[in-house]
Amino acid sequence: MTAVELEDVDKRFGEVHALDGIDLTIADGEFVSLIGPSGCGKSTLLRIIADLEQAGGGTVLVAGKSPQRARVDQEYGIAFQAAGLLEWRTVAENVELPLQVHGMGKAQRRARAAELLELVGLADFAASRPGQLSGGMQQRVAIARALAPSPRLLLMDEPFGALDEMTRERMQAELLRLARETGAAVLFVTHSIPEAAVLSDRVVVMSPRPGRITEVIGGCRPGGAVGDIDDVRESTAFFEAITAVRESLRKAHGS
Amino acid sequence: MVSRSRSLLTAVAAFLLLVVLWELAKLVLPADGVTVGGTRLLPRTGDAAMPHVWTVLERLGTPEVAGAGSRTVGAAVASGALFTLGLALGGLVIGGVSGVLLALIMARFGLVQRAALPYVVASQTVPLIAVAPLVAGWGGKIHILGWAWQSWASVMVIAAYLAFFPVAVGMLRGLTSPAKADVELFRALAAGWWTTLLRLRLPASVPHVVPAVRLAAAAAVVGAIVAEISTGTRGGIGRLIISYAQAATGDPSQMYAAILGAAVLGLVAAAAVGLLDVGLKRYRGSVS
Repeated sequence: MTAVELEDVDKRFGEVHALDGIDLTIADGEFVSLIGPSGCGKSTLLRIIADLEQAGGGTVLVAGKSPQRARVDQEYGIAFQAAGLLEWRTVAENVELPLQVHGMGKAQRRARAAELLELVGLADFAASRPGQLSGGMQQRVAIARALAPSPRLLLMDEPFGALDEMTRERMQAELLRLARETGAAVLFVTHSIPEAAVLSDRVVVMSPRPGRITEVIGGCRPGGAVGDIDDVRESTAFFEAITAVRESLRKAHGS
Repeated sequence: MVSRSRSLLTAVAAFLLLVVLWELAKLVLPADGVTVGGTRLLPRTGDAAMPHVWTVLERLGTPEVAGAGSRTVGAAVASGALFTLGLALGGLVIGGVSGVLLALIMARFGLVQRAALPYVVASQTVPLIAVAPLVAGWGGKIHILGWAWQSWASVMVIAAYLAFFPVAVGMLRGLTSPAKADVELFRALAAGWWTTLLRLRLPASVPHVVPAVRLAAAAAVVGAIVAEISTGTRGGIGRLIISYAQAATGDPSQMYAAILGAAVLGLVAAAAVGLLDVGLKRYRGSVS
């Protein structure tokens, strides 16, 4: 089974041709990054998969279903750049939100939230308010919330974009571990070349106006190779992946 | 708790300052006020115009009219204030509930919002003095199951009419306050309109609604007092102020006692809303 299947997806916003002829397949458990300059439509593509936008043309299948069906069935979890936690809920209650919306019983979702907070290393903060947490911790809560219904697919729109570099690297390691432990496929939108390279099985490079996929590059962990992420950061494969992505982006810009 | 007792202290201090200013004005300014070329710049400060604070307080404990069997001014003011408070709170509840309902409908249907909001705003520019006789006139024709319209019901309707506006506007602002990202999160969770309302929009509207209800409470009190006067309703503090004011040349402290009662009434109404604020504490914070 595939987590996402896109065929000839097209999207226009009035005069702007946001996406043109997008073909992309994401296998179950695969980690795919979308990278490209601002306005290349990478966020729009993610939003189409999440059923927050409608594709103008082409086929979109999420877990083999229409995006709308997949959204209702909670086949995906989503995290944005802003953690977007609800201030009036405790950390645990924020994680429980997707489960509560779908009518899971209180005791059951309590237990699930505790499990997830354990997973992201925030068990001690279950009763805290989001405002008491640092930016990185808030983003971890947002990821735990996205993972709560055990989705097959995790959609992430620059989730670490607002974090400092150190926190960001820690969060990357954390995310890889979570993806592996939960077996969820990840579609990860980012601006950062090293981030795309270190995390992904495949890096999808896009160009703007119209938004197109110009190249798909193997990341430095093809086949989901397991290893210490800090070792990966110093490996030749990592630098090769960075170089390949950078050159591809340059080519896409037509210089 | 510390900040709460502190704000109480500040309020008491502000009241004392007011008393001191009042007495200072009496002490320093000439009793006949200041007039320049026939235009009065400062009011008279003599005992007939500005009685001493203690005279006003003393008047609370003395009978309304000379002679045995008359109730004290304090008792009259207290019973009037209680009567008006009841009408104002009734008006606040009616106005608040209809304000919340209208805001919900406006938030749900954009068309209704565009159609109704200008009229909601316009409704408040109609002077209360013009509305009061209308309500009393219409109400006088209503007989429901043997119950004839009473003039206190007109007062309550007018108080509700004033309380309605801040609640409707504040609630609408609150309901539309969640960020786009939060709304999209709920959409991504496949939450319906009611779930989004219950879990996102209502909690997010609390910081907007509590100040609005506080305004509405003050408006309801003022509305009730003015409405009592213009509909000629007996038993409330509004009527009391008028009848004491008519006797003010001979007995000014009596009128001030009634005005003091009206001010305390406003404070009690505000404190009632304060209780609401305490109950909803967990939802505050993002605004105010």
